[in-house]
Amino acid sequence: MGEGKNLNKDNSLDTKARLKIKRHEMASQPPEERKRNFKEVPYGYSPEEAIEEAKRCIQCKSEVPECVKGCPVNIDILGFINLIEKGDFLAAAKKIKETNSLPAICGRVCPQEDQCEKLCVIGRRKDTPSVAIGNLERFVADYEAKYGNTRITVKADKGKKVAVIGGGPAGLTVAGDLCKMGYSVSIFEALHEIGGVLMYGIPEFRLPKEILSRELKVLEDMGVEIFTNAVIGKTFTVDELLEKKGYSAVFIGTGAGTPKFLNIPGEELNGVYSANEFLTRVNLMRAYNKSEYDTPMKCGKTLVVFGAGNTAMDAVRTGLRLGYEDARIFYRRSRKEMTARLEEVHHAEEEGIKFEFLINPVRFIGDENQNVTAVECQRMELGEPDESGRRRPIPIKGSEFITNIEAAVIAIGTNANPIVPNSTPGMDLNKWRYIVADENTGRTTKKGVFAGGDIVTGAATVILAMGAGKKAAVSIDKYLETGIW
Amino acid sequence: MYEIVGRKSMGEGINLYNILAPDIASKALPGQFIILRVYGKGERIPITIAKTDKNDGTVTILVQTLGKTTHMLSELNVGDSLADVVGPLGVPTEIIKFGTVVCIGGGFGIAAIYPIAKALKESGNKVISIIGARSKNLLLMEDEMRAVSTELLVATNDGSYGTKGIVTDVLKELIGDKKEPIDRVIAIGPVIMMKAVSDLTRDKSIKTIVSLNPIMIDGTGMCGACRVLVDKKTKFACVDGPDFDGHKVDFDNLMNRLKFYKEEEKASYECHTKEHHQS
Ligand SMILES: Cc1cc2nc3c(=O)[nH]c(=O)nc-3n(C[C@H](O)[C@H](O)[C@H](O)COP(=O)(O)OP(=O)(O)OC[C@H]3O[C@@H](n4cnc5c(N)ncnc54)[C@H](O)[C@@H]3O)c2cc1C
Ligand code: SF4
Repeated sequence: MGEGKNLNKDNSLDTKARLKIKRHEMASQPPEERKRNFKEVPYGYSPEEAIEEAKRCIQCKSEVPECVKGCPVNIDILGFINLIEKGDFLAAAKKIKETNSLPAICGRVCPQEDQCEKLCVIGRRKDTPSVAIGNLERFVADYEAKYGNTRITVKADKGKKVAVIGGGPAGLTVAGDLCKMGYSVSIFEALHEIGGVLMYGIPEFRLPKEILSRELKVLEDMGVEIFTNAVIGKTFTVDELLEKKGYSAVFIGTGAGTPKFLNIPGEELNGVYSANEFLTRVNLMRAYNKSEYDTPMKCGKTLVVFGAGNTAMDAVRTGLRLGYEDARIFYRRSRKEMTARLEEVHHAEEEGIKFEFLINPVRFIGDENQNVTAVECQRMELGEPDESGRRRPIPIKGSEFITNIEAAVIAIGTNANPIVPNSTPGMDLNKWRYIVADENTGRTTKKGVFAGGDIVTGAATVILAMGAGKKAAVSIDKYLETGIW
Repeated sequence: MYEIVGRKSMGEGINLYNILAPDIASKALPGQFIILRVYGKGERIPITIAKTDKNDGTVTILVQTLGKTTHMLSELNVGDSLADVVGPLGVPTEIIKFGTVVCIGGGFGIAAIYPIAKALKESGNKVISIIGARSKNLLLMEDEMRAVSTELLVATNDGSYGTKGIVTDVLKELIGDKKEPIDRVIAIGPVIMMKAVSDLTRDKSIKTIVSLNPIMIDGTGMCGACRVLVDKKTKFACVDGPDFDGHKVDFDNLMNRLKFYKEEEKASYECHTKEHHQS
């Protein structure tokens, strides 16, 4: 039972009263303080705040509420918010977990403003922001972790083994779901820790490792077998897993982990990093904890990050925390086209990150030791829309300028990781070398092999990877039950 | 955990380790490498595989003590374990019948060239190996190399054994006398040596393969730290290599990239040895 149960005495507000309640933002570490530490930025709601926020939901009567349509895994949002309002936080957590096994993570990293909260009916009115669905989700998940019993016992009674390649959100979801259905599941992960981008990419101040470990422990307690240091395609191949290692089906969730570079002169200089390298050093290799870990990391005065997605925000804010005095975003399009979560952009700006738009790098300049010392950029203007529907930036002649820097991070996206695709015959790839898999079932063109997440869609989101994992688990079960491909 | 089941000192701070890693041992092909972490808070370092034994499931590596990580490794004994070993990584060296192949190993690059020479010989090539060290007592794996080579040539800087000089001196003579056509050269060792070899063979248009050893983190193409310039294009040594056409590699860039963390590494090593002496 949630201890907040008797906190809420008033359960019968009318819509007008509900609309009057102001949206509760989470209390956070002050920007001046947090920009020099790696601790999580928001503190999260108190039970009272959660209930107050839950009261803002007007409990739409439509068959499928709008917000639910916006959630890629269709969480019963109305249901769980209603339970929060009643103070039954554990029941609310259970309700979310019917469809989303990693709510503490999604509550923190989903781009809610483009999903559930975008469609929220009150948010579409002029003067009332949407219900803070993500914050509420995060609250109940954290509450459950503290007070609930997260231990799930399962029986592996199906007598069949499934191999999951990659321990990112897609893989973790498939593993958890299949395990609950009674399959013996093994995760094969290339790195020495699982979690995928959640481990190596998203920084501590946004998603504390502790939360990830908590979720991983749930999986381990359920009996999911985890093999780290296993690069599929190298240590074993997909065919070996199926033919020699006794797995009846394989799920590939290897992510879109190969960084793109700008392909401009000077990119090979020291101090020019891919966002993946920069973030991996700090996160997976824990360079943020210098006193205990051996990973070397440089610091200097000015750091420029190219790009404007979540990865770019994470890199620039990480730079600030490492001690760069001046950490900036250079983006070739305009503010409108930025793809990062809104909250991260706000947080970055509060922390004093400078954003400069319509700027394109043309070359990096280095010293005699080939360490980067400056970058030359040109200014852009927006032209006609391109294939993505966004207005194409075009260079303005004669607008070149030079900025002195000690480090540059390139965060302009990723390509498909080639190791599994190249070592798995009989599995079709698309023209960008991502794996071709059915959107509804995750089936690839190779019998017994399923795929989902970024390795199918290209870089997307945590929740979409999880959604793909969910669908794949259902269809893997179906395949193994019927034997029909 | 990956147990160390054998170790041997090879002199000058170079140690040989046999590590129990059956999955890697049964898979590894010449030219591939592993990445290891000595302990849970350590760095990931790439090391070329010298030998594997499918029967007892061991992987043999030779490691020179240079910084903190390799120093910690050197303090481990038989029965101790490494936190992580992953592999075999990288694209295996191309092994077919070329005809006459010159295999060059400098310093502890000899450990890396050994499995390649062996495989080339087994594939019917005439293998002329050139190995070098500063001095006779520092020459690694001479007997093993002799066993897998049609002909073995040695160079020592001090002239204590074989030709006095460096491996490129021997190579120069070999390709200079035009007694027989050389179909391919494979060189592994210090970057400066691989560069010198490539410069020599470029003039003679002898295809030359080198194995590059940049800084790496994951080894699976995820971080891009190991990028090298080959034919002016960015390549990832971990997934596109480690073997590349020596005539197209930008060695100067590689040398500079390898130096990037030197200061931090030195500081970390000094701090480590200091703590060590105090405890
Ligand atoms: C820095 C950063 C910040 C982001 N922020 C957000 C955010 O705020 N919100 C959001 O929704 N999304 C965010 N994303 C995107 C999101 O993280 C990804 O869409 C999501 O993680 C994809 O999940 P996945 O399971 O498909 O792959 P990944 O998370 O990429 O996991 C793949 C796993 O497979 C492993 N692997 C790869 N190859 C092999 C192999 N051959 N053998 C074994 N294992 C292998 C990898 O090591 C990795 O652990 C961010 C991405 C980055 C890089
Ligand atoms: S999972 Fe993401 S989209 Fe779904 S309700 Fe939660 S925050 Fe919104």
